[in-house]
Amino acid sequence: MIEIKKLHKSYAMGQNKLHVLKGINFDVDEGEMVAIMGSSGSGKSTLLNILGMLDVADSGTYTLDTKPIKNLDETKAAIYRNRFLGFVFQSFNLISYKTALENVMLPLYYQKVGRKERQERALKFLEQVGLGPWASHHPNELSGGQKQRVAIARALVSEPKVLLADEPTGALDSKTSYELMDVLQRINDQGITLLIVTHEEDIAKMCKRIVHLRDGVIVEDKKVNQIRANQHVE
Amino acid sequence: MWNRDRWNEMFYTLSKNKLRTALSGFTVAMGIFIFVLLFGFGNGLKNSFEEFFLDDSTNTVWLYPGQTEKPFRGFKAKRRIIFKNDDLVDIQQNFPFFIDYITPRISRGALVKYGKESNNYTTRAVAPGHQYAEKTIVIKGRYINEADVENKTKYATIGRLVEKDLFGTKSSIGKHIDVGGVSFKVVGVFKDEGGDNEERLIYIPYTTRQRLEKSNDRVDQIIVAFRPELGHAGALALEKKLNNFMRKKHVVAPNDRRGIYVRNVAADLKQTQQFASVLQLIVTFVGLGTLLAGIIGISNIMVFVVKERTKELGIRKAIGATPKSVVGMILHESVFITTIAGYAGLLAGVGTLALIGDSLEEFFIINPYISTDTAVGATLILIVFGAVAGYIPARRAAKIKPIIALRDE
Repeated sequence: MIEIKKLHKSYAMGQNKLHVLKGINFDVDEGEMVAIMGSSGSGKSTLLNILGMLDVADSGTYTLDTKPIKNLDETKAAIYRNRFLGFVFQSFNLISYKTALENVMLPLYYQKVGRKERQERALKFLEQVGLGPWASHHPNELSGGQKQRVAIARALVSEPKVLLADEPTGALDSKTSYELMDVLQRINDQGITLLIVTHEEDIAKMCKRIVHLRDGVIVEDKKVNQIRANQHVE
Repeated sequence: MWNRDRWNEMFYTLSKNKLRTALSGFTVAMGIFIFVLLFGFGNGLKNSFEEFFLDDSTNTVWLYPGQTEKPFRGFKAKRRIIFKNDDLVDIQQNFPFFIDYITPRISRGALVKYGKESNNYTTRAVAPGHQYAEKTIVIKGRYINEADVENKTKYATIGRLVEKDLFGTKSSIGKHIDVGGVSFKVVGVFKDEGGDNEERLIYIPYTTRQRLEKSNDRVDQIIVAFRPELGHAGALALEKKLNNFMRKKHVVAPNDRRGIYVRNVAADLKQTQQFASVLQLIVTFVGLGTLLAGIIGISNIMVFVVKERTKELGIRKAIGATPKSVVGMILHESVFITTIAGYAGLLAGVGTLALIGDSLEEFFIINPYISTDTAVGATLILIVFGAVAGYIPARRAAKIKPIIALRDE
C-alpha cells in the first residue's frame, strides 16, 4: 500500500541545514496498523507529513497504492489527500461553527457529492463511531473523546485507503484513549490501513506493528501481538 | 460561481459568523456612505459657488457713472456724471466690430399690486439685450423687445416668484399689474439660476421708465457685451478703450477712480474659474481620501478575517480543499458582502443627501448630490479593492502548508 525508498528531508535553519530524515526505507501493506514511535525531533511527524502529502521530500520515492507520488502541485496534492487519505489530529481540528454532521460532510463537499448523499453518508459514519445522536451538536458541546470520534468519522467518510493519525490520543485521558483505540482497531478490522504517530507505549502496543525512529533513521521495526483496547474498557 | 452548493456553503458560513459578516459589511457600507455624503457636500458647495458667480454672462463690461473726485479741465471735483441715451448710440457707433449688444439698466424699487396682493419689488428698465447679459430664461410669454423700447409700451416681464406672490397658481400673462401707480401689462414670466432674489425682479422697457420720469433720457448703468471671439486679451483691451472713450466724452480725469467705474466680467471670470477649479480639486481630494480610507478599512478587515480563519482554512485543505477553492471561497464571500453592504451604504448615502436637500443652504451647501456614475463607480472600486485585499491574504493562507495552519493554536 505504501512504499518508501531512501527518503531524505532536511530543513534550512538559517545558515545550518537540519537533516531530519536520513534515508528512510519503509513499506506498509494493506490492512496494517502501524505505530510510529520516537522522541520529539526524531522525524516522526515529518515522516507523517510527507506520507500525508502535506510536505514534500528532498529525495527518495514514495508510492501510494501503486501510484508514484511525485511532482505534486498543491491542487493535485489536495485531490490525492481528499481521495486516498484521512487525517486525525491531536487537537481534533473540527470547524467550530459547523455541527458534528456538517464537519463529517465537508470532505464530500470537496468531492462535489450532492447534499443529500453527503448527509446520508456522513450520518452512516457518525453512527459507526457511535455518535449518531450527537449529529446536530456543535464541537463545543462535545467531550474530547467525542470530538476525536467526529474527526475519525470525518477522516473515514471519503473512504480513504490510508488513515493517518498524529497523536490521536495526545489530548485525551487514558480511559478515553482506550475507547478511541477501540474505535480505530475496529476500523482497521474492516481492512483500512492505519498509521498512528504516538509516543505512548500502551497505545503503540494496540497496533500490529511498531516502528521506532531516532535521529531520522528507523532503528527498530517489529510486528507485535496486538492488545485489544476493549480489554481495557470496562 | 453559480453552483448552488457553493452558495449554500457561503450563506451558511456567513450566517454562522454574524459578527465577522456584520463587521466587514459595516466597514464597506460606512466607507461608501461617507464617500457619498462628503462628495455630495462638495458638489453642494460647488453649486452655491456657481449660483453666486456664474449665473451671468461672462462676455460683458459694465459701466457705472459716479461722482468725480478730481477737478479736471475746468470742472470742479464732486461733479456727478450722468449717462444718457446718446452714450448708448456713441458706444455702438465707435465700437461696431467689438460689440455683440448693448443695454442700459435703470433700477427702481416699486410697490406692485394685483387685486388684493401687493409687495415691494425692484424694477429694471432695460433693452432686449439685457436678457442675455443676465441669462434670463423666459418660461412663459416673451421678454421686452425692440418694439417695446421703440413705442415705450407699458409691458412687463416678471419673475417667477413675482407671479407666484401676486397670482398664486393662476397665470399672469395678459393681466395688468400696478407698478408704483402705473398699470403695466404682463407679457412674460422668467426664471433665473441666480437664486430667489433674481426671480423677484420686474423688467420693463428703459424708454418707458424714462417717459415716466418726466421724459428724461438718463440711464443708470450701461452693460456692453463684446463678441466672445475677442477672448480674454481682447476683452481687456476693449475695456481699456471703452473706459478711455467714456472718460474723454464725459471729461473725467484718466486717473479719477470715482468718476466712472468699469467692471469687466471676463477679468473677474478668470479668478472665479480658478477658484472653482480649486474647489473641484478639494472635492475630488476629499472623495479620493474617503475612498482610500474605505479601501484601507476593507483591507484591514480582510486581513483580519483571513488571519482568524487560518486554522479553518488549514482544516479545509487537509480534508481536500484545493488552493483554488480556498481562495475562491474567500473571494466569493468578500465580494458578496461588499456588494450587498456597498449597495446599502450607497442607498443610505443618497437617501441622506436627498433628505438634507437644501436645509444646509446657510452653510453654502445647495442641493448636495452625487452622480450615479460616481457613486456606482466608487462602490465598484471598493468591491474590486475588497476582492484584491481579500485575495492577497487568501492566497497566502491557501499556500500555507495545512500542517502549519493546523499547528497554529
